[in-house]
This record gives sequence, structure tokens and C-alpha cells, in this order.
Amino acid sequence: MTGVTLRAEPVRPGARVLGFGGHQPAKVVTNHDFAAVMDTSDEWIRSRVGIVERRLAGPDETITDLAVQAGGKALAASGLAPSDVDLVIVATCSAETPMPSHAPAVAHRLGIEAPGAYDLNSACSGFCYALAAADAAVRTGSARNVLVVGAEKMSQWIDQTDRSTAIIFADGAGAAVVGPSETPGIGPVVWGSDGSAPERIAIADRTSFIRQDGQAVFRWATTAIAPVALAAVERAGLVPDDLATIVPHQANLRIIDAIARRIKATNAVVADDITRSGNTSGASIPLALAHMIERGDVPSGAPALLVGFGAGLSYAAQVIQIP
Amino acid sequence: MADATEQEILDGLAEIIDEIVGIDKSEVTPEKNFIDDLDIDSLSMVEIAVAAQDKFGVEIPDDELRNLKTVQDVINFVQKLKV
Repeated sequence: MTGVTLRAEPVRPGARVLGFGGHQPAKVVTNHDFAAVMDTSDEWIRSRVGIVERRLAGPDETITDLAVQAGGKALAASGLAPSDVDLVIVATCSAETPMPSHAPAVAHRLGIEAPGAYDLNSACSGFCYALAAADAAVRTGSARNVLVVGAEKMSQWIDQTDRSTAIIFADGAGAAVVGPSETPGIGPVVWGSDGSAPERIAIADRTSFIRQDGQAVFRWATTAIAPVALAAVERAGLVPDDLATIVPHQANLRIIDAIARRIKATNAVVADDITRSGNTSGASIPLALAHMIERGDVPSGAPALLVGFGAGLSYAAQVIQIP
Repeated sequence: MADATEQEILDGLAEIIDEIVGIDKSEVTPEKNFIDDLDIDSLSMVEIAVAAQDKFGVEIPDDELRNLKTVQDVINFVQKLKV
């Protein structure tokens, strides 16, 4: 039969983050630990990237393990039961193997039964992409509540003798539970990509480690990303002075400072979680937020600007309200 | 700044360096080497190049940036492309 009309779910007015959670492995690696085995120093690392220490997972600690810990904390913070969640998205770019995806196992271990479940790879902007997908799923009725996790074990793709990457990348996970809301608590996403130079941050093949063209990436991140962030603020109907916090991907403290300087948000606390956590790629934004909420740095309801950017090159930004 | 004189470029550059790395404008003189005399590292040089691009309308790509060792080198580069 032709000419049928398919029924759509009723559209909800908004979605919001109900709770965040973060998890890091126990093993702390300091700059001094690197200085003992390669030509670098605590001073050099602090001044170039702003990292003091980072956490690395042990050989038996998987991305799924990290994601389950962070996801469990986010669920607890949201006040929801596992049975309330019907979609799980894991943003990761450091998967141990290409299949299966992590999301079904993460859901299973958290007691979430038979949800839609998939992994998403947009590298360091992955969490912002996943959050946009979750927001859309809730508003269009594809899901009631969504668990979004950014989880990375970057250390397994790092040449531990390469001082340009070993000192930077780290392991960890951060998660958010997204549910329906009478008013929007997640602003419109502003996203995009530039695939003209994919080799700038890449793992070339299955026997390779992460390589990045640090200077070119630094120039891109310090020039191209602030306009994306400002567009996300504008799309949410706000001005920079409304922001209580800016949470850029924790790539490099100097990139974070350069982006924040261009946004000119005079009242905003700028996340600097990189100093203690390193660059955890897709996990860095929710991990930083979980730490800031835990410390009471940002009040409930306050507007936070999230800005992801990285390999691809890809980028995404949106304003959310702190749960 | 279409016909920037050498002094104007120097003043503009000194302002940029003061803003980005906090070095007093009076320290920025033509003979100074960025790395050895002013203690400016490669990442700050990228930030200075980007700010210079905004100010003078002259693009300084990474390949060129590597060859600009002194304040005078940058002045010459900007002037050459402005002609």
C-alpha cells in the first residue's frame, strides 16, 4: 500500500543532564617518573602542556571496566534505576578491538536490560557528539533516559618512549545520564569537521602508536575552536558573561587558556582538570565536570559551555545546565 | 595597517608579546632572539604568529615561523609581504 503516514513519537520540549560521574585508574604517574626514563623534566612538561600527573590503567583494566565505574556513579547521581535507561552510548577512540562495541557490555554490567547500545568515535570531541545524540534521542522519543559515557585507555596506543605523546595522554572515564525536561537543559550543538589533514592526529595502522603534529594541531585548536564555542553560546540564547564555567577538552592547558581568553567569559571558572588527569581524549570533559561538581566549583542549574575538539579533525560545542 | 613602518611593526609586535607571554614592551628590541633572549618557546611563537596575522594581515605559516629567529626577522617578513 502506498501513501501511508508513519506515526512519530510526540516531541518533548527538552532534555537535560540528570547526573555526572567520573572514574580514574588508581595508578598515578608523575612528571618525575617520566624524567627518570626519558629526556624531559617536570618544568618542561608543566610549562608546555600544564600536566602535573596523570592516571594510567593497569594491564587488566579495560575500557569497559572504566566505563562501568563512571556510568554507575552517574546513574547514582541521577537518582534513576538501571531499568529507567533504554539507550547507552560509549564515546571512545582507543578501543582494544574494533568489535564488539563496549556499550552492550557496559549496559549489561550496570544491570541495564536490553537498551539500544552503541559506541561512537569522534575522538576528543566524542563526548559532545554523544551528548548531542542523547539529547536528540530523548527529545524525539527514541529513548526515555540515556547513559552517555566517554571512556578511554589511551595508554595502550602510546609509545611510552615517545616524549611528545607519552607525557600527554592518559586513561579514565566520565559519564552523564540524560533525561527529559520541561525546558531545554542541553543547548543546540554546533559541530563540524575538517578531513583535509586526517594524519595530524592519528594511529596509522594496527601496529602503530598515536602520532600528532603538535604545532599544527596547537595552531588549529587555538584559532578555529573559539568561534565554534562562541557560536554554541549564541545558539543557546546566551552571552559569554552568562557562563558559570567553560569546560574545553583537556588537551593542553595552553590551548585551554587560549580558547578561554578568546571567549572572554569574565564570570566563568575554566576547567583545568588536565593538571591532575592528563589528556583522556573523549573522557576529559565529563571527567572534569564530575570533579568540578564533586568539589562544589559549579552550582546546580548554572550554564556550562562544553567544547570538544581533536582527531578527524572534528569539533563540537554545546551549553548545558549543571545538574 | 597597509603601509606599516618598521617602528609600527615593532610596536605592534611588542604589544602582542606583552599580551601573550607578559614580557615588558621595552624588552622587545629588533636584535633580540625569541628563544635565547626572550625565553619564548615554540608554542608561544605560534600564538604570537596568529596574533600578528590578525594585527598585520600577514599570514605566517609554521614552515616560515621556524626561520624567524629574531624580532627583526619578523619585522622584515611582515614588511616584505606588505609591499
